[in-house]
Amino acid sequence: MPATMFDKIWDPHVVADLGGGWSLLYCDRVLVHDLSGGRALQEVGEAGYKVARPDLVFATPDHAVSSAPGRTSETFPTGARLLAGLRQRAAETGVRLFDLGQDGNGIVHVMGPELGIVLPGTTLVCGDSHTCTNGGVGSLAFGIGASELRHVLATQTLPQKKPKRMRIRFEGTAPPGVTPKDMILAAIGRFGAAAGTGYAMEYAGSAVRALSVEGRLTLCNLSIEMGAKIGMVAPDETTFAWLAGRDFAPKGAAWEAAVKAWRALPTDEGASFDRDLLIDMRDIAPQITWGTSPEQVLPVTGRVPDPAEAPSPEKRTAWEAALTYMGLTPGQEIAGTKVDWVFIGSCTNSRIEDLRAAAAVLRGRKVAPHVTAWVVPGSERVKHEAEAEGLHTAFREAGFEWREPGCALCVAANGESVPPGARCVSTSNRNFVGRQGTGARTHLASPAMAAAAAVAGAIADVRQFAA
Amino acid sequence: MEKFTTVSGPAAPMLSANVDTDVIIPIQRLVGTGRTGLGPYAFERLRYNKDGSDNPDFVLNRPQYRDSPILLAGPNFGCGSSREGAVWALMGMGFRAVLAPSFGDIFFNNCFQNGMLPIALPEETIRQIATETEAAQGARHTRVDLARQVVVTPDGHEVPFTVDARKREALLEGLDDIALTLRMQDRINAWYAADRAARPWAWESVER
Repeated sequence: MPATMFDKIWDPHVVADLGGGWSLLYCDRVLVHDLSGGRALQEVGEAGYKVARPDLVFATPDHAVSSAPGRTSETFPTGARLLAGLRQRAAETGVRLFDLGQDGNGIVHVMGPELGIVLPGTTLVCGDSHTCTNGGVGSLAFGIGASELRHVLATQTLPQKKPKRMRIRFEGTAPPGVTPKDMILAAIGRFGAAAGTGYAMEYAGSAVRALSVEGRLTLCNLSIEMGAKIGMVAPDETTFAWLAGRDFAPKGAAWEAAVKAWRALPTDEGASFDRDLLIDMRDIAPQITWGTSPEQVLPVTGRVPDPAEAPSPEKRTAWEAALTYMGLTPGQEIAGTKVDWVFIGSCTNSRIEDLRAAAAVLRGRKVAPHVTAWVVPGSERVKHEAEAEGLHTAFREAGFEWREPGCALCVAANGESVPPGARCVSTSNRNFVGRQGTGARTHLASPAMAAAAAVAGAIADVRQFAA
Repeated sequence: MEKFTTVSGPAAPMLSANVDTDVIIPIQRLVGTGRTGLGPYAFERLRYNKDGSDNPDFVLNRPQYRDSPILLAGPNFGCGSSREGAVWALMGMGFRAVLAPSFGDIFFNNCFQNGMLPIALPEETIRQIATETEAAQGARHTRVDLARQVVVTPDGHEVPFTVDARKREALLEGLDDIALTLRMQDRINAWYAADRAARPWAWESVER
């Protein structure tokens, strides 16, 4: 019987059928970070259990580390305590740690694929909702809470209910200015922030096949903003070429066996999905969010909507609150809205291609004088690769701050934040109330759109900024 | 884990769509803190004025809902971040059950880990309970009975709901998942041994 890629990975990972649609699932890899990793490892011991498979657990500080140039682990004192805990527990339990400033360190969903820790056909969990990012290389990856993390560390397994299957096919070629970020924001805008709740998502179609691995990671990253814990793209030659030779990827005969197994992973012709949706790439323009949910998104040429036209009372309430918070008026053009901050970074858009795309817009241009503009590379390796290409110089000459790897202004858990009332165009994934700091107003967009906004000093259409 | 059997009280209506876990508890309150003491920070960006005083327009600040054990919410409640602190903060405020048309998947699982019961009910049912509660200004209670799997509305209507048998039993008994799973250690070991042989590529480069 034809099967989806999701079923082909899920089913062989079932250790036991727990009944009622629940399975005990084996977790091939676990990623932990500074915010919850140290405590989780500690709690496992305190509860009288052992970390079952420390060799399958990988740790990196990212959430609560300063991104300031010249930072050390002590720059943000609260984070320093978390990192000290993570170091201690990782050492005690034998978990590999990629420490601050070391090769391999970075945002957990950037360094995982980068080091080949994340592989096609594997299961992966992490105490972070954007774990879905890792589906970009064909891994079945999902975010979990603190209790579930403790369970995985103690048993290497997790009871999970099998989700339904959903697919979005993007067909056609990307119009000018349209990046993977615009593709996924457009999908969330069209189908809603809860469209994927209860589903594992697969992205397919000619436009997805044409994407680089970096682009696929961006696409899968925002699955959770559509409600789906899992987002995946079938591995192909692009994936294999990208993964070959990475630190923890298989080598030699094992690599050959792996690629053979991975070629069998893509969804079979005729496999059925509980929901199967189609997007024509011609319908997508560069996107920008206007509200406080990723579904509140517009083409950059659009106008802010009127809550009177909301599809339900619950959405009307949400739209009204969003407009008040964002300081916007129904009917106003979103382009031209004055911007105070620009942030390029996060597990969504901090990889080398993202930085290249932003730098291409910035070359020969200057950031508007009233804008504070930051770029935070996703990992030590991204940073070094970008510096080798001279991207840091392009950013600096334009007026951006070139900073150190971490989550930084995506989640503002590191002592850095966008000031109250300030408006920020951000390449991150959440425009939630207070996400980038109390009172901060976030507009999500692609790296190129963010660069264009920095130069214009206002929300701007990147298509008017051809490199 | 705290057991859950029945809960009764005024159901506090907060029927906005897509209330995310960042709004339920800001990340800054979870950096280096524990599971307890988060109640005062739940919804803090909506709940307090800039000077720290209570925002009287925020529904949970109304006197009739201050000790409410049941939250009525809009679709996709608890979407976004996986932070389990969202559940700890809601419990810190006194909530034991959340009734909503739909929930963020990770939040939904996190609830069960802590003795909090999330119940998915049709949008119209949620609005009806809100209307009945508001009509009585919170004086009439909603009752959630997990053993019978019914919600009794303020006007006495019985609304059935279903909870996964596995989750229901764990809530009623206050069971620890890890201990249950470790009873299957032999099967876990057997799975790994078989997979180690079938997919050596998945293991060789990380094992030590």
